[in-house]
Amino acid sequence: MASIEMKHIVKQYGDGFPAVNDVSLDIAEGEFMILVGPSGCGKSTLLRMIVGLEDITSGDMVIGGVRVNDKAPRERNLSMVFQNYALYPHLTVFENIAFPLRLAKVPDDEVKRRVNDAADVLELHEHLGRKPANLSGGQRQRVAMGRAIVRQAEAFLFDEPLSNLDAKLRGQMRTEISRLQRRLGITTVYVTHDQTEAMTLGDRVCVLRKGKIQQVASPRELYEQPVNLFVAGFIGSPPMNFLPATISGNELSTPFGPIALDERRTAAVAGRDLLLVGIRPEYFEDASLVDEAKLPLGSTFRARVDVTEWLGDSQFAYIPYEAPEAITNQLRDLSRELDAEELRTQAIVSIDSTSRIREGRDAEFWLDSRKVHVFDPQTGENLTRDAEAGAALTRMATEDRVEQVEEARARADGSTSVGAA
Amino acid sequence: MSRREKIWWIVAGVLIVLYALAPIAWIVSLSFKAPSDLANGQFLPTDASTENYSLILTGAASDLFLPALRNSFGICLIATAISCVLAMFAAYAIARLDFPGKKLILGTALGVAIFPVISIVTPLFNLWRNIGLYDTWPGLIIPYLSLTLPISIWTMSAFFREIPWEMEQAAQVDGATTWQAFRKVIVPLAAPGVFTTAIIAFFIAWNDFVYGISLTSTSASRPVPAALGLFSGASQFEDPTGAIAAAAVIVTIPVVALVLLFQRRIVAGLTNGAVKG
Amino acid sequence: MSTTTLPPTEKAAPVSAPAGTTSDRARSERTLGWLLAGPALLVMLLVTAYPILQAVYDSLFDYRLTDPENRSFTGLSNYWVILTDSTWWIAIGVTVFITAVTVAVELVLGFALAFVMAKALSAIRPVLRAAILIPYAVITVVSAFAWKFAFAIDTGFINKWFGWLPGISGDTDWFGGQWSALFVVCVAEIWKTTPFISLLLLAGLAQVPEVLQEAAKVDGATWWQRLRKVTLPNMKAAIMVALLFRTLDAFRVFDSVFVMTAGANHTETVSFLAYRQTISRLEIGLGSAVSVLLFLAVVLIAAVFIKGFKVDLAQARGER
Repeated sequence: MASIEMKHIVKQYGDGFPAVNDVSLDIAEGEFMILVGPSGCGKSTLLRMIVGLEDITSGDMVIGGVRVNDKAPRERNLSMVFQNYALYPHLTVFENIAFPLRLAKVPDDEVKRRVNDAADVLELHEHLGRKPANLSGGQRQRVAMGRAIVRQAEAFLFDEPLSNLDAKLRGQMRTEISRLQRRLGITTVYVTHDQTEAMTLGDRVCVLRKGKIQQVASPRELYEQPVNLFVAGFIGSPPMNFLPATISGNELSTPFGPIALDERRTAAVAGRDLLLVGIRPEYFEDASLVDEAKLPLGSTFRARVDVTEWLGDSQFAYIPYEAPEAITNQLRDLSRELDAEELRTQAIVSIDSTSRIREGRDAEFWLDSRKVHVFDPQTGENLTRDAEAGAALTRMATEDRVEQVEEARARADGSTSVGAA
Repeated sequence: MSRREKIWWIVAGVLIVLYALAPIAWIVSLSFKAPSDLANGQFLPTDASTENYSLILTGAASDLFLPALRNSFGICLIATAISCVLAMFAAYAIARLDFPGKKLILGTALGVAIFPVISIVTPLFNLWRNIGLYDTWPGLIIPYLSLTLPISIWTMSAFFREIPWEMEQAAQVDGATTWQAFRKVIVPLAAPGVFTTAIIAFFIAWNDFVYGISLTSTSASRPVPAALGLFSGASQFEDPTGAIAAAAVIVTIPVVALVLLFQRRIVAGLTNGAVKG
Repeated sequence: MSTTTLPPTEKAAPVSAPAGTTSDRARSERTLGWLLAGPALLVMLLVTAYPILQAVYDSLFDYRLTDPENRSFTGLSNYWVILTDSTWWIAIGVTVFITAVTVAVELVLGFALAFVMAKALSAIRPVLRAAILIPYAVITVVSAFAWKFAFAIDTGFINKWFGWLPGISGDTDWFGGQWSALFVVCVAEIWKTTPFISLLLLAGLAQVPEVLQEAAKVDGATWWQRLRKVTLPNMKAAIMVALLFRTLDAFRVFDSVFVMTAGANHTETVSFLAYRQTISRLEIGLGSAVSVLLFLAVVLIAAVFIKGFKVDLAQARGER
């Protein structure tokens, strides 16, 4: 187990295109780090540079305190789960898992013991004699994990390991990976474009865009205090709504009526002309269902509902709005960059599932103005981000992690001492 | 599928098997006919006899047939081996590396494959006589490469394209050296393709007739098909039919054995090479 | 036609440098590529390009191997001799006839075989596959002998078995007339090479997605309409490749003719003519000219196929 430090890592291809551009990232021992971003953001390249399958153009890659830039993959002692699993088709499941041990010339009975241990953990016992071609997607995934955990690697690297599974299996494997990582307490770098995986698995999440780090923070901080439009739009599902707004005094005027800002945020946006207000869907509510006491904390407005989606436990309403062309284009570019297909300017609003709001009618909504963020439409910068609050969230996550890793270690120590006794 | 349909498909299947095997059955049957029985006008011999086999294996025709058999095996195996090695390197380059010669090599292979053999024979006949390769093993092995090499390149590049090359990287992450990754992962994955290609190349070399009759003159290098074709001309014995049939059966045994053992691979190799190459 | 094969997993491959700027890595890859593929290319060129050029050169001389002293440059006169001789035109006629008949029959028969193999119960499929490979693997000469002996007056059984057909009797001499001899040659060729075509067609058939058939069924197409409007158009590339290879192959027909008729009764093909001039009569000059003409004919056929019928070999091979 080791920490991974990246210092000003650059990856440049022959044409000078920087796939990874000046990335500096410290991953602590035992930390679960997620690399996330839309396709082509350089996350996989970065992972392949960590494991040594891709040359580093410049910068330092330090694993466990040792600079590994010039080391071959096998000298780095990392294990990796590939997107399509990369199982050796000519070997049985047992031999696939045993492969790294065989290469290291581990004695036979030791190999047997360790493969069996891994098979126990992953419930692969009955498949050990089969060939990968005869396994289901989920089973293959387990074999790939088995090959990764069978040896004492410095770190686990995952390259979109769940993207070839169906939704249900993906959920199962997600929790399994999470449990495994906590149990082994091993440093993990996990590449994904799926934000559910990013939010649920990671201690910290590194959001990449065009080869550059946007923000590294705990999932909570990313969600509540995003640094810019890109991160705000990428994290969260359904995504954050961006409304055009102008400011006068402490009041934003938006297509959904005026929104009052507190002092801190008023100061942050003062003197600006056109702005973008970011409001998460769950900051809205059907005004008729909001507590009297809560009403003054936000603003209410009437709007015509285009479509509603009732999902049983929740309900979404789609409200179209008009926006200046500059803003529309800006939003279209953003959604294209986020791999999303946003065709019209509409707000997605989460309302209580008991709400009787119907599509095609006007309805009264309430929006919680305490949590809105205001962005600069040109630079995308979050003008109202509360860095301190964000840092506090990440600090909490780090403390949680340290505690969990120590517990895992204590358990591991306990079990080895039992084994030795 | 209904019962009636099923029966129709089975009937069709039986017809196919009959189609494929009838001529073989006929030549086998013929080979067991004694000379006096040859013209009995029947499919089957009146009385099975191994006379023809003893004639070509131990009898008067054995000094014609046995050297030819040895020549065929030797020349075909060597030609197959050489073309497989050359094709292996070329196919690796085509499947794995990014270099501008890919198209040229596949195109050349295609051109050579459709080349009329007889057009090469005329100049070779002249040249081999001048430089002393006429009627020698190398004198056949070299032109055989023009038959076996193109198909080997095509078939093998088709197979190699399907190899998941990133396995090599996975192996390196698992702690393998470049050589280990190649030996433990790539070789086992590539071996079936190489093997299948070798079988197909061998079939093609084994089938050659034009080079065999044109570039040889004695049993020093004449392969079986050519020897068979010229049996009829050499009238050492009256009616060569029985002997030819027996010899034909013997040279058919190896290919039939290969077909029965490796039919699935051969089909994959044939269609891959031609369709996907 | 390999559009339905699984997309390659390119993800792991590093994005290669675009053309124009060549990185060290790309350059070394290129060098390695030539080093590995070079020998094969060289051998192929040596065993074909060199001989054909030599043949072109030789064809310009009046040159008999038995009389090397009188070798003299005669320009294109060998070609003139050949092209004004009826022997050449008969050989061309015979070759074209054999090619047209065998390829046409093989295509229909091969399609039927492929269809049965595709639909056959999976239990008997391996049996069919093995059976069909046997004609492919059997030596052409052996096949020619088998058919020759079967049709021959003395050793054969065909005359006896089929004596009830009009025109066939116990002493029908199949190899005594041009048409009947060519018929037997065609039968032998068809038997031997149909399996190859049917395997190619089977591969093509397998690449027509089953769901298209189902969609057509739902749309109300009959069996025949599905075949004509769905299956065949989607197999076009496979059919064309099979046709191209078989046509070129059939045009070079030699072994069967040699064994069965030795070119008697106007059954000489172009390949056989070239062989006879060179090897039997040692007329290197004339033989070379025939060889060159045969080569040109093959090139012409290939060109017609590739340009005229738009056989896209790259597409057929699944190259991107």
